[in-house]
Amino acid sequence: MANLRGLQEGIVNSQIWKSVFRVGIPNTNRKRVLAVLGSLILHLHPVKVRRSGVRMSYTWCMGGTSFFLFLVETVTGLLLMFYYRPTIEYAFTDIMDLREQAPFGIMREMHRWGAHAMVIAVWLHMFRVFMTGSYKPPREFNWNVGVILLVLTLLLSFTGYLLPWDQLAIWAITVGSSMARASPGAGNEGPMSGLVKLGDIRLIHAGDDARFALIGGRSIGAATLLRFYVLHCVVIPLAAGFLMAIHFWRVRKDGGISGPL
Amino acid sequence: MTFIKDFINVLSAGSISFTLLTSIFALIVYFNLLGGRIKAVGGMAFIGLGVFMLLMGIFVPPLLYLGIAYLLILFALARLGGRLWDTKVGLRLFVIGGLAFGLSMLDPNFFLIAAKPDNVPIVAMIFLLGFFTWVALRKAYLNDTQIAVGGIPWEKTESDEKLFTWPDLVYTELLCMILLTIVMIVWSVVLRAPLEEAANPTSSPNPAKAPWYFLGLQEMLVYFDPWLAGVVLPTLIIVGLMAIPYIDTNPKGNGYYSFRERKWEIGVFLYGFLVLWSFLIITGTFLRGPNWNFFGPFEFWDPNKLVPLVNVDLSELMWVKVLGTSLPKLWIIREIFGLGLIGAYLGLPPVMAAGPFRRFYNKMGAARYYVGAYLFLIMMSLPIKMVLRWLFNLKYILHIQEIFFNV
Repeated sequence: MANLRGLQEGIVNSQIWKSVFRVGIPNTNRKRVLAVLGSLILHLHPVKVRRSGVRMSYTWCMGGTSFFLFLVETVTGLLLMFYYRPTIEYAFTDIMDLREQAPFGIMREMHRWGAHAMVIAVWLHMFRVFMTGSYKPPREFNWNVGVILLVLTLLLSFTGYLLPWDQLAIWAITVGSSMARASPGAGNEGPMSGLVKLGDIRLIHAGDDARFALIGGRSIGAATLLRFYVLHCVVIPLAAGFLMAIHFWRVRKDGGISGPL
Repeated sequence: MTFIKDFINVLSAGSISFTLLTSIFALIVYFNLLGGRIKAVGGMAFIGLGVFMLLMGIFVPPLLYLGIAYLLILFALARLGGRLWDTKVGLRLFVIGGLAFGLSMLDPNFFLIAAKPDNVPIVAMIFLLGFFTWVALRKAYLNDTQIAVGGIPWEKTESDEKLFTWPDLVYTELLCMILLTIVMIVWSVVLRAPLEEAANPTSSPNPAKAPWYFLGLQEMLVYFDPWLAGVVLPTLIIVGLMAIPYIDTNPKGNGYYSFRERKWEIGVFLYGFLVLWSFLIITGTFLRGPNWNFFGPFEFWDPNKLVPLVNVDLSELMWVKVLGTSLPKLWIIREIFGLGLIGAYLGLPPVMAAGPFRRFYNKMGAARYYVGAYLFLIMMSLPIKMVLRWLFNLKYILHIQEIFFNV
């Protein structure tokens, strides 16, 4: 025991350790404050938090779970990008390869189950926030950011659903995206779209309506795959990351992890 | 065993399970979170409704099952009362649910659907939703009993006490992350991600389903046209969620669990979240088979199941069946009943504002009141349309193909 303690002190007092973690072991209140303030990651937190904000029975830890799963998705997704080419020639065979050839290949599993789990975690987070009335002033705006994040989570999962390019994928996206065809005024089968005319020529048709814009063609094809790939890997994660930064910032600015005000 | 399975198959039909869930919600709000006793007049009304369903069951057999299940639940709720929120009772309910699920897995048809890799998270979600709903309502019940005797909610007793982020919060987060990592790794090793044959645009599967979290919306397609079910209503769900903090001006219940202080907000939200969103997803996933036909949980997904298409429009029902004449040519006359009904429905908020809801109207102000009321009416149009479809085979209340407007 004494040796271990000596070893620990040796490490913590070494120049290398001190250059990374300035504070040392946070064993006094002053050091605990400095440990949080001095770290880029930890300073997302305030220095002190409400007792109820720490209790799992109060927060269900679902916001943190959603964020953690987002990180899991980012890491596993990056690994998957090494193996995957978003073209109809290669997409399916790359996934087959990944499944049959890659050693310890659980990255796709983890990515898929993580995505499902993240959707559920975000719903439960919203549920908890509602049940504790934590959307009430001054947190109205943050609730709205949260709703947009929820929509982005669903869109992330939806765009990712197509990428394996198997039967499950294209038909789920076919069903899911066929709604856009019925958008009022913007889809070729939607109400009021017939009113958008230039003389006798209908301006909204299957070749330029909302569905066409979404999937890049009249049916799910190569353009859809590329489009969804870019949305899935670049556009939506960036947007979600930006909104998450606002979301966490506002949690602090609006009075910390929720609790009675 | 077969009898129980058949009973559950019948009960899970939307006309029964959905109506049951809806009435249970009315009960929960009415009984003040099941904590109080059955109040005399309203309680009799609830019992009367059950007896009425039993009697109607002579003519419409499904109502018999509905009546039995409804009265059983009413009886159980009255017996349990506030004890439902004891940890022991909750644990017992959870074990019963798990056992029922385990037993059901022995059935080959049930197993086929519940064990499909993509459906496993939804099975987990059912249990998680049940568990967390119970946790939230239990905490609300405990706080409510405190407040009722002049105390303060439990969270408030701790709110002045502040802890250092290091170590308390940081270590909780670390533990959560480790636990989640373990769960994710085990889940990924045990269950392989599904991969079907390569995409083939010429052969569509039956049923063709959207990703699971959109199956509630796909289920709505049965009751509304695509422009409503697929575009307008989803947009309004998002708008409605975002509007919640601006419509709800009740200053109570901010930052702690409670039910009595926010009965209506919680009632409406739970109804939307648990019944209209989650329950429809569960229905769409487990109970909708080939051709989007309904199948009980223990029923074989027979692609040749025949379901008679007997849906009629309100105009047909009124002009042809009731009045015994042919449909008028001019749509404005043909749809006069539908127009009247929809007009009356949409006219409710101003009428109520002048009458029984005057208090709300004055408290909330015109903008909040009308936005909230119309969002609520649009939300409730879904269950109304669903029940009308099941009970009267009603297709459209308003069917104006001339201008593409069907509701």
